[in-house]
Amino acid sequence: MPAPREGAPAGERPARREGPGGGRKQYFRRRKVCKFCTEKIDVIDYKDVRLVSEFVAERGKILPRRLTGTCSTHQRALSEAIKRARNIALLPFAAGT
Amino acid sequence: MRNYEMVFIVRPDVNDDDVQKLITQMEGVVASAGGKVDKVEKMGRRRLAYRVSKQREGFYVLFYIQGTGDTVKEFERRLKVTDAVIKHMTVNTDEILQRAAKFRLLRAKQEAKRRRSKPAPPAGQAPAAPAEIAQA
Repeated sequence: MPAPREGAPAGERPARREGPGGGRKQYFRRRKVCKFCTEKIDVIDYKDVRLVSEFVAERGKILPRRLTGTCSTHQRALSEAIKRARNIALLPFAAGT
Repeated sequence: MRNYEMVFIVRPDVNDDDVQKLITQMEGVVASAGGKVDKVEKMGRRRLAYRVSKQREGFYVLFYIQGTGDTVKEFERRLKVTDAVIKHMTVNTDEILQRAAKFRLLRAKQEAKRRRSKPAPPAGQAPAAPAEIAQA
């Protein structure tokens, strides 16, 4: 009798710890990795609008690193590229109304 | 001598022949100002992200040139004078090219090291390695 009783809570315990009792997030968030590192893009070209616009929000703002997972080196290069693209009217300074 | 990228936008109502004429004219400007044109690229008609001189579209032309500060100065002066050009930008590409070369070298070294340290990769990693090489 004691053996199955102990077995059941033991299996539940880790799950409960990650639940509301433990205050931790229940779901796994996929670890984001830098797109430029994984795809080995050395130079972020401001003329490549398709690529660069992935990192721009709907209103034309540069997306933060915490949302896109870009590494700091590439985020710096990316922001440079976005600003250049804005200057030559490939990307908006502020989109929409 | 430095490397530069010059982009300029021509009004959309200018016809293709005149654009071509402008390009040959600008090539002449570069040559006379002591520069060298590496490549000229017509990026074509594109929608502008915002209005420039009341235009919503524009014809993008891209020059890859080598030259000095005076070359750039003269090039930009000519663009400003030309009515058909509504916007232009110059980018010094020296640093960008250098960085690209550095990364390429680093990557080649890493690849060589990986291949030396792991002459026979395990079965699970074998399919991944050729894909990486193909991408690089």
